[in-house]
Amino acid sequence: MSKNDFILKAEGLHKSYRMGTNEVRVLKGVNLNVRKGEFVAIIGASGSGKSTLLHILGALDKPTRGVVRFEKRDLSRIGSGELNRFRNKMVGFVFQFYHLLDELSVLENVFLPAMTSRSIAGWLVCRRQAKNRAKELLAQLGLAERAKHKPYQLSGGERQRVAIGRALMNEPKLLLADEPTGNLDSATGNGILEVLEKLNRAGQTIVMVTHDERIARKAERIVTLVDGKIEHKNSGSL
Amino acid sequence: MYKIILATRYLLKRRITYFAVLAVALSVFIVLVVMTVMAGLVNEFKEKNHRFAGDCVVGTESLVGFAYYEDFVKLAEQQDFVEAVSPAIKSFALKRRRGSEQDDITEIMGIDPVRHSQATGFGNTLYFHNDDVSRTFEIANDANLVGCVLGDFMLLQDSNSRNYSATSLPRIPYSISCFPLTARGALARAGTDMVNTKTFYFSDQSTTDLPRIDGSLVYLPFEQAQQLCGMAGSNKRASRLHIRFKPDVKIQAGCEKVQSLWQKFRQDKAGEKQAYSLDTVTVQSWKQYRRSSIAPLENEQTEMSVMFGFVGITTVFIVLVVFYMIISHKSKDIGILKSIGASNIDIIELFSGYAFLVGIIGSGLGLLAGWIFLLKINPIEGWLFRHFGFQLWDRTIYAIGDIPNKVEFKILATIVVSAIIACLVGALIPSVQAARQKPVETLQVGQL
Repeated sequence: MSKNDFILKAEGLHKSYRMGTNEVRVLKGVNLNVRKGEFVAIIGASGSGKSTLLHILGALDKPTRGVVRFEKRDLSRIGSGELNRFRNKMVGFVFQFYHLLDELSVLENVFLPAMTSRSIAGWLVCRRQAKNRAKELLAQLGLAERAKHKPYQLSGGERQRVAIGRALMNEPKLLLADEPTGNLDSATGNGILEVLEKLNRAGQTIVMVTHDERIARKAERIVTLVDGKIEHKNSGSL
Repeated sequence: MYKIILATRYLLKRRITYFAVLAVALSVFIVLVVMTVMAGLVNEFKEKNHRFAGDCVVGTESLVGFAYYEDFVKLAEQQDFVEAVSPAIKSFALKRRRGSEQDDITEIMGIDPVRHSQATGFGNTLYFHNDDVSRTFEIANDANLVGCVLGDFMLLQDSNSRNYSATSLPRIPYSISCFPLTARGALARAGTDMVNTKTFYFSDQSTTDLPRIDGSLVYLPFEQAQQLCGMAGSNKRASRLHIRFKPDVKIQAGCEKVQSLWQKFRQDKAGEKQAYSLDTVTVQSWKQYRRSSIAPLENEQTEMSVMFGFVGITTVFIVLVVFYMIISHKSKDIGILKSIGASNIDIIELFSGYAFLVGIIGSGLGLLAGWIFLLKINPIEGWLFRHFGFQLWDRTIYAIGDIPNKVEFKILATIVVSAIIACLVGALIPSVQAARQKPVETLQVGQL
């Protein structure tokens, strides 16, 4: 893999919100490059726009100005249908509050992305394969016994592992994690980080947002968001 | 597939959905019951009018009638689509029951009971002679007396009794007086003796269940009525011809054939002495002939449909409110789905599917409840009458037997489709708003 083999490039990202008559500038020209297989942690103070940046990188939100390129494709130039496919196939999101669907079982939550991208006929054709993949993921995450449970029957750590399983279901090229341990106790949070590290060792590209430097140290590279701009540092320098 | 699964789970897990289902079920129940009863009443009323008039009526509203009717009867009876033809005299008269000082204005109808029963449902309306209509106007033990048939409401007004026993049929004489008219419409007699009067004896009663007919019509033997009205003589006249078509002939098609037959007949008679009397004759289907009676009821049915259309609109609003509440609780789910690639259309389809399920289940429950209620509506009314004296329609006033409860497929299908459309319309705006939600807004920590 070349050193300049970037999977994600953000150039001059600006994001501002209008709050009443005031304009709040959250991002002020963020530049960020992520290589394939890299584990990047973005840290910053609360309200610094870390999550906003992550959402923009995952095409959940649009920048006011600037460009995000995923494998050299400018995300701002692709249509909404293509963006939906991008979110379905290319990226996987892990949120602080897990965001699982309470009406679905653990297994159903995991294979939901596979169902989303298919028609009824398409799903009927590949459902066995998708279910097997979901079961495999749950087994890897230590949740094989919990497949039929509902999310509200699980602990916080278990829910987050289910969310990771869902994010990995379609084998995305990029995993975006927004404070994945923010709602967990230290021991459980470490367990989640170990899962992420293991995934990264297996080649998964990960961008993780956190406010906790201790957690950020698990990443290969740490990016600090200061005043809407990024400062690049190596993990050793922190 | 996930949309079906999620819509079904939302339906089962969200208790507020039950209110939407209940609202739809209740609306469907009300509309089904009311529309079925109303449609039943209207259809029953139309059928009674159909039985009264036959399939087609050739006639004039003029009191002088029209000439050469016998020739047309012969011509019509030769047609392969005609089952029977019955000429009739129709006029107005004064009726006085012997012993009474009061003259009542009444309608008279002169008929041959056998022919009229073949062309219309007259025979079945008789109380005493429905098994032998040829004896309708016979008076027991006295062949010299001439009978008359009174509508049962008229009998009720005259004698405070709607039915007599066949074994003790009272001999009630009525004098019927008419002004005989010439074919040109002038009084047939000048001077003081302008009126034809004849006495008839009550021989039977007729129940058409058409209140206006049963309350104002006296049936007389055809020839007697013809003489009373001045329509007898060398050029006999009749007021109208009631025609019944063969069973396989459609009313509209039959009427068109009679119409062309009549046109040809008129042309053939153009040179005849009283050809002018044919000018006012029209050919009408039974529905056209009785439209003055049917139209108000049909209007009432339309008004009722419009009124109950508002029930549908209410359902739309209930569903809209419920879906607003549901979707406001489901904004997180919308964000999650969008984060894994669901499109705006997918979100609209998800909630539309949810609304469709609410509509299907609600209308299913409403139909079931309505069907059971309609099945038991007459026993329920009977029970209410026995225990509380309550009747939906007072049967001594209204000519209604059982409450109509036959569910028509057309009504049923219309109600179900309308209920589902109401649900989809009600859910549309909240669904579109849900689809427009930005995932980042719904997934923010502050939204939780």
